Amino acid sequence: MSEPIITVSGLGKKYRLRHQTGARYLAMRDVLAGLFSGRKNGDHAVRAASAEDFWALRDVSFEIEPGQVVGIIGRNGAGKSTLLKILSQIVEPTTGSVHLYGRVASLLEVGTGFHPELSGRENIFMNGAILGMSRKEIVRKFDEIVAFAEVERFLDTPVKHYSSGMYVRLAFAVAAHLEPEILVVDEVLAVGDADFQKKCLGKMHEVSRGGRTVLFVSHNVSAIASLCDRGIVFDRGSISYDGAVADALALYSSAGTRVLEKQRVADGPQIEGISIDGDAAARGDIRIRLSFESPHVLKNPHLGVVVYSSQGSAVFGYNTDMDPAFESLPIANGGFEFCVPDAPLHSGLYKVTIWFGEKGRRITRVDDAIVFHFVSPIVLPSGVSPDFVGYARVNGRIAMHA
Amino acid sequence: MSRSDPIVIQAGRGEQKYWRDVWRYRELLYLLAWRDVLVRYKQTVIGVLWVVIRPLLVMTVFTFAFGKIAKLPTEGNVPYPLLVLAGLLPWQFFAGALSEASSSLVSNANLITKVYFPRVIVPVSAVVTCAVDFAVTMCLLIGFMAWYGIWPSWRIVVVAPLFLLMFSAAIGAGLWLAALNAKYRDFRYVVPFIVQFGLYVSPVGFSSKVVPDSLAWAYMLNPMVGVIDCFRWAFLNGDGQFGWRAILCSCMVSAILLIGGLTYFRRTERSLADVI
Repeated sequence: MSEPIITVSGLGKKYRLRHQTGARYLAMRDVLAGLFSGRKNGDHAVRAASAEDFWALRDVSFEIEPGQVVGIIGRNGAGKSTLLKILSQIVEPTTGSVHLYGRVASLLEVGTGFHPELSGRENIFMNGAILGMSRKEIVRKFDEIVAFAEVERFLDTPVKHYSSGMYVRLAFAVAAHLEPEILVVDEVLAVGDADFQKKCLGKMHEVSRGGRTVLFVSHNVSAIASLCDRGIVFDRGSISYDGAVADALALYSSAGTRVLEKQRVADGPQIEGISIDGDAAARGDIRIRLSFESPHVLKNPHLGVVVYSSQGSAVFGYNTDMDPAFESLPIANGGFEFCVPDAPLHSGLYKVTIWFGEKGRRITRVDDAIVFHFVSPIVLPSGVSPDFVGYARVNGRIAMHA
Repeated sequence: MSRSDPIVIQAGRGEQKYWRDVWRYRELLYLLAWRDVLVRYKQTVIGVLWVVIRPLLVMTVFTFAFGKIAKLPTEGNVPYPLLVLAGLLPWQFFAGALSEASSSLVSNANLITKVYFPRVIVPVSAVVTCAVDFAVTMCLLIGFMAWYGIWPSWRIVVVAPLFLLMFSAAIGAGLWLAALNAKYRDFRYVVPFIVQFGLYVSPVGFSSKVVPDSLAWAYMLNPMVGVIDCFRWAFLNGDGQFGWRAILCSCMVSAILLIGGLTYFRRTERSLADVI
């Protein structure tokens, strides 16, 4: 039974927020404006700034075994980056403690320490040293780094002349050749084009297969699903789930759906709620429910759904006309359930536009009514990104013959 | 299987391994200084010459203002320009170190918020950058001495310990200012004022002989007074004495600056990434 390599207990981080209520100082124009509107000067007086405590992390505890690849997921503002900053010793915790039994290298940003005036070669040494590599180590890996970044020709040009792609490739190349026992990565895959993301993912796979412990923060559901075996979900500063990555993603998806706010059409039928089954979406089924309310009986209610990729391109559309088994119920209050069992899509973020009406007459159309994370049960092999190969997942085979 | 001692991250902890880490990250110190020196001279036309032209210009102006117009006395037979230059070099190191160190943390904010390394390295590397400039301008001094036909004597040996003293004073004051500037941004206005003011209360444009005894103790609170006086004594074979009083004051003030600066810096360092 191996001992944990990272032990976090009761970790908390508090920030003080200052609220500037009212004017900082009494300015001449405020006085003049006050004269005209009849208000007294006292209303503009400086009010005391109030302070509020904000807990970015609250009572966080977990243990990580050596060799585990852990995905840390959660909405923006859940505390993921704060946790990584504490683990990287950049920020001190307010409560609790962390015990690290290995050397940590952090990738919180790509290109830390890069100076635009220095050449690629000089920046490799600069960046490598900042990330903790010794000069000997950098010299040893120099050729590998340059080959990975594909910038041999431009090695002696100042980095400010690089294209953004080259810049990001070089920055990642240096970081990718760190050899720490614990690697902490924060959202660095969010930058760069599809080619670059492919390379990054491939390298991260290599690192994780090499037996290193990796903590990976990302919003890229497919990356997390393919790299990690364990997922920790953060919600407003505390851990809401810690376990198998598929379950963690399911919890994250269902928390990420939006329930529609009521649309007021005076005295008309309206949508009560639209929701998606997050658990199902994390297992490869799409299940969307829409409930509606109408003051009078609707003769022929119909539903249309279009699913878009996170980039905005339509992936597929479906409506009640396309389903031969659909039977419209003439009712005033009720709902629809739209199912696509075992949807042939790649894992990713999708948006849904809903069309609700009666046969031939539209009642409402809601764009981006739902945003959900779909997790395909069949995971793409490492190094292949769904953005690169489209959204439809087919069960194809390729065979050769002489 | 035994495990090495863990790194413990906890509120209020961090002393023990800090100095070990400073040693581990020593290469970063050289690298940051090297980067700053390199960047300073990239894409400049005059380049390295600028480091030399500046003291030359100041020397000319001061010689004219203090020597010819005010007719202040020199030490022995030392030509006035040389008197000024010998005082100017250590002062420029100190003033430059103060300015660079105080803004070092803020200008390296992108590093401080993203990577771990002992933060004390940043202001120290700024001071090291100024030391490089100092070395270059020393050549200027040697050149001038040769031109005037003054050769250094055995007194030269004190230059090394003097440099150490100057370096410690600069680091001490630099650490104070760096930490203060990171917390309270108005300090970036205070520093140029200190430097300007210091230029006139330090024996750069004049010799310490002109300072009346009644003001002597206040005068010597400036750590650079002792350094500059002895610097001149070491190089210029003038008739000045080795200012023991001034050097003693210098050492005390430098020690206070260094210890105080380090303590304050370490205390502020904990919340640095939050305020910067």
